Amino acid sequence: MDVGSYDVVIIGAGVSGCAVARELSRYDAKVCVLEREEDVCCGTSKANSAIVHAGFDAQTGTLMAKLNVEGNALMWQLAKDLDIGAIQCGSLVVCTDESARDGLDELLARGKANGVPDLRIVEREELKEMEPNISDQAVAALWAPSAGIVDPFGLTIALAENAAQNGVEFEFCREVTSVRAEQDGTWLVGTTAGDVRARCVVNAAGVYSDAIHNMVSSQKISIIPRKGEYLLLDTTAGQHVRHTVFMLPTKMGKGVLVSPTVHGNLLVGPTALDVDDPESTDTTAEGLAEVAQKCALTVANVPLREVITSFAGLRAHQPDHEFIIGEVADAPRFVDCAAIESPGLTASPAVGKMVCNEVCAILGLKERPEGEWIATRKSIPNLNIISFEDWAKLCEEDPAYGRVICRCCRVSEAQIITMLHRPIPVRSLDAIKRRTGATMGRCQGGFCSPKIMEILERELGMEPESITKAGPGSEILVQKGGE
Amino acid sequence: MEQHDVVVVGGGPAGLAAAISAYEAGSTDVVVLERDVQLGGILNQCIHNGFGLHTFKEELTGPEYAARYEDRLKELGICCLMDTMVLDVSPERVVTAVNTDRGVFSIQAKSVVLAMGCRERPRGALNIPGFRPAGVFTAGTAQRLVNIEGQMPGKEVVILGSGDIGLIMARRMTLEGAHVACVAELMPYSGGLKRNIVQCLDDYGIPLLLSHTVTRVEGKRRVEAVWIAQVDEKLRPIAGTEKRYPCDTLLLSVGLLPENELSRAAGIELSPITRGPVVDERLQTSVEGVFACGNVLHVHDLVDYVSQEAAMAGRMSAQYAQGDSGEGSAARGIPLVAQGGVRYTVPAFIAPERMDQKTTVRFRVDNVYKNKFVCVYLDDQRIMRKKRQVLAPGEMEEVVLKQEHFAERDGVERIVVTLEEG
Repeated sequence: MDVGSYDVVIIGAGVSGCAVARELSRYDAKVCVLEREEDVCCGTSKANSAIVHAGFDAQTGTLMAKLNVEGNALMWQLAKDLDIGAIQCGSLVVCTDESARDGLDELLARGKANGVPDLRIVEREELKEMEPNISDQAVAALWAPSAGIVDPFGLTIALAENAAQNGVEFEFCREVTSVRAEQDGTWLVGTTAGDVRARCVVNAAGVYSDAIHNMVSSQKISIIPRKGEYLLLDTTAGQHVRHTVFMLPTKMGKGVLVSPTVHGNLLVGPTALDVDDPESTDTTAEGLAEVAQKCALTVANVPLREVITSFAGLRAHQPDHEFIIGEVADAPRFVDCAAIESPGLTASPAVGKMVCNEVCAILGLKERPEGEWIATRKSIPNLNIISFEDWAKLCEEDPAYGRVICRCCRVSEAQIITMLHRPIPVRSLDAIKRRTGATMGRCQGGFCSPKIMEILERELGMEPESITKAGPGSEILVQKGGE
Repeated sequence: MEQHDVVVVGGGPAGLAAAISAYEAGSTDVVVLERDVQLGGILNQCIHNGFGLHTFKEELTGPEYAARYEDRLKELGICCLMDTMVLDVSPERVVTAVNTDRGVFSIQAKSVVLAMGCRERPRGALNIPGFRPAGVFTAGTAQRLVNIEGQMPGKEVVILGSGDIGLIMARRMTLEGAHVACVAELMPYSGGLKRNIVQCLDDYGIPLLLSHTVTRVEGKRRVEAVWIAQVDEKLRPIAGTEKRYPCDTLLLSVGLLPENELSRAAGIELSPITRGPVVDERLQTSVEGVFACGNVLHVHDLVDYVSQEAAMAGRMSAQYAQGDSGEGSAARGIPLVAQGGVRYTVPAFIAPERMDQKTTVRFRVDNVYKNKFVCVYLDDQRIMRKKRQVLAPGEMEEVVLKQEHFAERDGVERIVVTLEEG
């Protein structure tokens, strides 16, 4: 087996790993990302609240607070550069109990200390105007106009594509099984598909970042996967709230958020339950019932009959509730980017820069000359928002824009084909879903899955039986016949 | 802008029948817009027989039934644009669509017939807990894979929901060599036709578990098992009744939803019960000149009724296109009230002064009833009392109102359709 040799190996192609990869791609370095799944964005990055937090939650002085506020500030330009969905719609933390109002003041003060801009308390009347469906129990709220929502798939994929455009290699279905220091000071990273050598390793392995860290360090860390369950509602319910609505925790407990998404849906959740198994992304009857019940604490009449799917994600929580970023003391040139839980998505642009700086300092990397680095990446057109005139122009350029494959989310054959030929390989229905939105709508792929399978067969020469939902083991079909 | 008399949105059974009848009623400038590459809609994948008993007095397969209408359509030379997705229907009846030949284009129609059909409720709408692996299909998607694509979605199968497609697929998967462990149904009665339970389950020894539901899906990548529990009268799973069924496939036949995104965008009033447009006896929606028929209006049990209903919509759309809407065309008519176990009626309004000799009122009931009378009242006056031995939610019912019922009765304020004890 060939042993690839790199300056930097990044373990994990979630939003953090991809953000680091993109930042590093500015530098003169050979970089490889190892991912155990078949695509980027398959773990925590794909199943979360999709929120760009303002930054008043984390304790002042923590890395979490700093990177949250920095990440938020970077996100909006980044979204433009990478052509992804992000909306700065603002967030409201709603107080539903007059006696708990102190909590709002506390958040306001902490937010100011953390450097969150334009925070203020809004009283019931103004709140009702901002958010007509707010609960009758709402008395006031903390208004954070800098907060917003982002497409977590779009962000991760765009970071990866842009990194790949600039020369970063991505290796999928390669699970890291060992990390060993070699005599010459390099790292030998063992995977399920051969070893790779690296001068520097970045650990961005999400819920497995403890396992990877503990392969090289005597100072053990521990990640406790914290499960969050969500309900996603149809776009018909997408206007039910205009901002991300959180609940101020009261003695009655912690609520769930109710938020629009960049795809126009309504998202409610999450629960928070510590679990043992980092694979347990299954939803539970209790969890889903809790979400359905708790969303009513802040928002009235959430139309729960419009639910189109439910899902669970695992946050990479560690007991100190703080990001672990930096070179590991007893493992030189091994850099943690670990325990990235909420607000990790928000922080990712800042996390990418911070880890990149660390790696550059360690390896003494040099920035590539101007013009040798592509800073932007184009997405595909969104047929839900463009005018019919613009759509007509697209059809003139490529008639495949005239064949609608996913009717619920308005995705044409042209968009799917485009994404099949991007620098990050696409092989599964879920990979297409995350890139185009196809199968994500109200019929959940009932109509379009067979059509997308036909496109995969035709464009990539895949056998129907080899097409998966989300990588090996998730084949859609079984072999035909009784033989 | 291109102009046509009648634009039919959808070339399934409803659209085909509507287009033919519009043409035969004198509007020869009819265009059918169909999103698939062939006409016939869902009938193309329904290769079992049993279609057309009422219409043609013979048992046809789905494709054969569709072919009868397609042949007629060709004979009349009606224009059909295939592989064409309608994007918008405006209240002014401008229909905007897209295809690979013409790109995005608009047609000004004199009248529009909505015949977009319905879709299946997906798993997500049920909130079944567990993983989200491959191997969970709606029954209709599985039917397409097996019957059109010639592919096999699974070998060890559990079916949730006893809607007709689920029952048909229990038999189909068995014939293709799969083993169907059971059909679980949340309600204490089946949502499908009695004949399908007999011919698709009983004949193959497939158990129907009434008052049962799937409580968990196991398997992170591909389905490995589902858990099925009995439910109480409030439809909640009963603790201790859970049983694990190892399988690689879960098929869902848990309800059909009319596809009314275009209607909603056009500002057409929709019924919260049928989720289809609220129509009068001409099948005209709340937007003048826009008619609806078939499963987009309300989910039918037999295609024969779809064809009948669509023929009415086609004829009325032609009449409208010819500017011959007759007396009192603007008024909606007398409201129909569904009560006593009747969930809804289609139409929801009838104007006696403009109706034909007869108007068929179709409805469904909310439970299984035995030895009841279907009664119709004009205000407090009962005009009809019809004995029915069995009424079930899975089967569509009808009453026929005649012109003469309304003779010498002025100022009727409501028409009540209800069930009464014997």
